[in-house]
Amino acid sequence: MNTRRDIEFSEEQQQLLEIAENFCRDKSPVAAVRTQIEVEDGFDTGIWKEMADLGWLGIAIPEEFGGSGLGMGEVVTIAEPLGRNLLATPFEATTLAAQLILDAGTDAQKSDWLPRIAEGSITALALSEEHGDWDLNHVTCEAVKNGDTLTLSGTKTLVTDAKRAEIILASVKLGGKTALVLIDRSALADSALTRETVIDETRRSFRISLDGVSVPAANVLNAAKTQSALARHHKLSCLLLSAEACGGTAACLNETLEYLTTRRQFDRFIGSYQSLKHTAVDILTGMEAARSFLYHAATVIEEEDGETAVRMAKAQSSEIFSWAGDRAIQFHGGFGFTYECDAQLYRRRAMWNTNQHGDAVYHRKRLAELLLD
Amino acid sequence: MSETLPDIEAFTEEVRDWVTKNKPGKQDFLLPQSFMEVGTDQQFEFLRDWQNKVYEAGYLGMSWPKEYGGRSMPQEYQDIASRELARQKTPFMVNTIGLNWAGPLILHMGSEEQKKAFIKKILSCEEIWCQGFSEPDHGSDLGNAQLKAERDGKDFICNGSKIWTSLGTYAKHMILLARTDPNTNSKYEGLTFFLNPMDIEGVDPVPIKKMTGEYGFCQTYFDNARISEDCIIGKEGEGWQVAMTTLMFERGATGGQAGGHSMMSTTIEEVIDLAKRTDRDGACSTEDPLIRDELVKLIMTSRAMGLNAARARIPALVSERPASIPMSGKLLGSEYAKKLGEVATSLQGANASYYVGDDNAIDGGRWPRGYLNAFSATIGGGTSQIQKNIIGERVLGLPKPPRTN
Repeated sequence: MNTRRDIEFSEEQQQLLEIAENFCRDKSPVAAVRTQIEVEDGFDTGIWKEMADLGWLGIAIPEEFGGSGLGMGEVVTIAEPLGRNLLATPFEATTLAAQLILDAGTDAQKSDWLPRIAEGSITALALSEEHGDWDLNHVTCEAVKNGDTLTLSGTKTLVTDAKRAEIILASVKLGGKTALVLIDRSALADSALTRETVIDETRRSFRISLDGVSVPAANVLNAAKTQSALARHHKLSCLLLSAEACGGTAACLNETLEYLTTRRQFDRFIGSYQSLKHTAVDILTGMEAARSFLYHAATVIEEEDGETAVRMAKAQSSEIFSWAGDRAIQFHGGFGFTYECDAQLYRRRAMWNTNQHGDAVYHRKRLAELLLD
Repeated sequence: MSETLPDIEAFTEEVRDWVTKNKPGKQDFLLPQSFMEVGTDQQFEFLRDWQNKVYEAGYLGMSWPKEYGGRSMPQEYQDIASRELARQKTPFMVNTIGLNWAGPLILHMGSEEQKKAFIKKILSCEEIWCQGFSEPDHGSDLGNAQLKAERDGKDFICNGSKIWTSLGTYAKHMILLARTDPNTNSKYEGLTFFLNPMDIEGVDPVPIKKMTGEYGFCQTYFDNARISEDCIIGKEGEGWQVAMTTLMFERGATGGQAGGHSMMSTTIEEVIDLAKRTDRDGACSTEDPLIRDELVKLIMTSRAMGLNAARARIPALVSERPASIPMSGKLLGSEYAKKLGEVATSLQGANASYYVGDDNAIDGGRWPRGYLNAFSATIGGGTSQIQKNIIGERVLGLPKPPRTN
């Protein structure tokens, strides 16, 4: 127990966190979030360009492929402030796609695609399907090989920012096994994309029909490395989702506190009532736990303990973000029930966040296997 | 300090060796888990002898000055010894109030006479100390202490009572917060802090039977008890400041404690071990999905507290509310300990109904007893509900309720 690494936080991480916090606060006040909800693409191209210029998309990409060669622990320091300010960009999907390519891509794929991603080429992940199962191997889309060409079929769902993506990384069954295939966005007709209506209105999500789509056979990632890459992808996704949830919880709690300290009912500030005060404290302590799990997971993510650490982070952060959002609505009373109140933004984001890569119950089940068997 | 200090590794080895050779074997009676739970002479004498043995071996009060009975060594050595004593699950140090409250306070601000008179006997366990802060009508509201101490020449005449005095019947001294001036503007003024002898006329500790059916606390009555002004520590009327200093020692914020662990905490590992020894529906309890979920939640709570402490050491990761983690530790720790006891008991199926004293009670009945005793921490030292008020107001900046009269 004493030799376990708990939390380490480097000078670099500290600087990144500070820069990202300032950046997100400036670029994404709630008014800007609401503006983007009404905009077709759902994010500001100018901000995306700035993020790319800051080098954020290449943080965990090795220097030889145009990145800065840091790790996912550094990416966390960007993801948390993004979540805090509800700044929805293709950052997470693009970062995670790069890691999949890094883990399972061929040499040619790595040198073709990673430098483009590091410079800001938007990448979409098409891993979900209509069944809604979190199991990344539950794949029904198919690829059939004909000489140098793969012909695809089936439908992928919940593909964020697909419309603006330059690259789409999709999971299909090839010869009965899960395979990952890179699809150049230009290989898809616009009619293959259908915008989905999702709970988190800051997201742009698409259903993609792969029927009749052809890609070069060379676009398949290394079959021998695909399973381990998918396992790592699940962990990294949970890590970034936990970061987003921790940031979101902090902002949501502050939003609630603002109301509790200014709204008066029955001649007193409502925050002086213990039923509200004590609940706010429960959210605080739950959030502190989530953030401790998060930075522990960020520390050990690539080690043996990484899976346990990140599942704890995801379980705790999903649960507390949801609860913070739920109470934010309730504590705003009648105003909380309206679209105008910002509480709904956090609650709806929390639902999206929780529904990605397993909720708290799902992760505790896995944790039981890791810790009790 | 001219002597050279022992090599850290050699010292660690030496302590480990000593503890292995000298730790007490299994007793035929159930030991209490903290000084607040000592209920029989047999338990007390056993724990007193153990503390004395540890002290005589040189592993207690190591950082305290040599001239008063310590060894004047760096804190690091004591920490090593304390950790080893805890790691090998040896009994706790029974003179807890002396070692963690009174001793550090006397060393910090006591007179030379007081240091010479008290410190060594605290360490050797020759003289037990108890604590007289809480009163029956003022549980969590320490500043409202009303026990009267009226000046009469060079003495004070004390009347009133203190409650939750652990080890009250065994104690030779009490750290006592009493009201020497009832006519002050603020309730925090007019209090004085005494090192009060217990064996004088008019001081009567009466054991209180706890809900566990055991003894462990007293209510201590003062009936015209006469104590000398020499017993004052600090200045007359400044008892509140002295009490706050003492509480800082209790919380370990400033260091200075004599060392050794003061309670035998139940760990989640012990509860998992228990789960593996119990059955549910013809199979091991750890195969039941809902029990598994319950255990995972407890493991997470336990781990979160450790990770909180690790994160609190990194200023950049606690910058928004630096007080949050330190101020919620007592709330989280005490509630977790109670939950652990409750879940552990519930794991035992029908056998969960056996209690201390019955041969069928699993592990001598320590689990249900532990659960009931765990309330002492969720109530004592400010209830969990008061803790939530404090955190809500001081950490989150939420308003206090309007004053009513």
